[in-house]
Amino acid sequence: MDGTKSALKPSEKVKMTVRQLNFYYGKFHALKNINLEVPEKKVTAFIGPSGCGKSTLLRVFNRMFELYPEQRAEGEVNVDGENVLTSKEDVALIRAKIGMIFQKPTPFPMSIYDNIAFGVKLFEGLPKSALDDRVEWALRKAALWNEVKDKLGQSGTSLSGGQQQRLCIARGIAVRPEIILFDEPCSALDPISTSKIEELIDELKSDYTVAIVTHNMQQAARVSDYTAYMYLGDLVEFGETDQIFIRPKKKETEDYITGRFG
Amino acid sequence: MGTGDHSIRKYDEELEAMRSRVLQMGGLVESQVRTALDALETANIELAQQTIDADKRVNELETVLDQMVNNVIARRQPTAGDLRMIMGIARATTDIERIGDEASKIGRAVKWLREKDGNTRINRIPDLRHAGDAAVALLRRALDAFARLDAQAAAALIKDDRGIDEHFRAILRQLITFMLEDPRSITAALDTVWAAKAIERIGDHSKNIGEHVIFIAEGVDARHLTPDEVERAVAGN
Repeated sequence: MDGTKSALKPSEKVKMTVRQLNFYYGKFHALKNINLEVPEKKVTAFIGPSGCGKSTLLRVFNRMFELYPEQRAEGEVNVDGENVLTSKEDVALIRAKIGMIFQKPTPFPMSIYDNIAFGVKLFEGLPKSALDDRVEWALRKAALWNEVKDKLGQSGTSLSGGQQQRLCIARGIAVRPEIILFDEPCSALDPISTSKIEELIDELKSDYTVAIVTHNMQQAARVSDYTAYMYLGDLVEFGETDQIFIRPKKKETEDYITGRFG
Repeated sequence: MGTGDHSIRKYDEELEAMRSRVLQMGGLVESQVRTALDALETANIELAQQTIDADKRVNELETVLDQMVNNVIARRQPTAGDLRMIMGIARATTDIERIGDEASKIGRAVKWLREKDGNTRINRIPDLRHAGDAAVALLRRALDAFARLDAQAAAALIKDDRGIDEHFRAILRQLITFMLEDPRSITAALDTVWAAKAIERIGDHSKNIGEHVIFIAEGVDARHLTPDEVERAVAGN
């Protein structure tokens, strides 16, 4: 199985190590013995046809799957040496450390300011001025500050789809995560908003480790440093994006990315 | 690799159309080179002119292929084997067009030899014919390898290009002897050098086509490897 250390360039630092990960929806075996190393401060893309397990894998990374009954993960997802799956740490803290951005923007029904301050207040008792600074910092990081700085009191839902998505990214960043997971972050957005998010992802990787699930292969090619191709719960091939898109090793990968997938 | 069972059939058709255009262009250039060599051997001005005229059609095909390449890249964002195929087609097209240019150069050299020099002796050097035959054979093999995307055959022809280079050096030595013996032969000898150089370049471009075939088939960039390294890289896959 690919995904062993050799798939990463020697200069990479490993942020997250997945070992012998299996995942079940009830009796359905959705992820089959996944082994993978996610490099630090790089963008790793997960591609594959619908139902291949890429979103499932992402939801295991921060134990998002635990929100649903009958779902079970076995194996290891080690972040900085600690297995996320068996960690006794508060799940909310894990999810602050490993943030997630979803397909559809999900702003809370509150002001732009509160959307971002909400999570921060949960974890940190910051004085008002420090909280203001954090909100501004997160909005700047998410490339949204200039568009909303004069209307922080307005509802988050009043923003456009692309802005809402960037608001959600700002909300995720505000709690100072180490890893950000993007689950199809642009599939509900127009091309211009999409390119803004892609640019943002490129900037985010200087501070954060990014994993992105996308069914848009060109997007994976554009934004990622590493690409994993999954099919029917297997990790088929994992490697540098340039290699995967120019000279994939496996025929299945080649067939999928060249559109010969039937 | 660029053939069959794409889920978008039109994409397949486009790739296939490009491939057959390259082969069509290759066939055209191959006969252009043969005509040029016949013109050289028989010092025939009409054949020489035919070679020069044939270049127009070759150039047109180059333009058409370039356009097709641009269109597919713009519309399809090719990846993996498709991407390598398209890159390979673009590069092979350039080399084939250059071979056409070299054939015209031979044609022009023949005209000079006849018109200015009135000399038909020098161009009867046997090595010239041998080098020409070897170059045509190499081109033929390169086009065959391209048609079948046969990396092994491509690696073998890359190795054999060295033979033509040796022919070229032998021709030079003979021409230098002529020039030393009789300075009046210098103009004709120089024109013959241009023709010999063109033949040698046809071998080089055919070798390049072989390298593109290896890139398409194996994803190995063979352009700056030695023939032995190429052979190993292809065998290792």
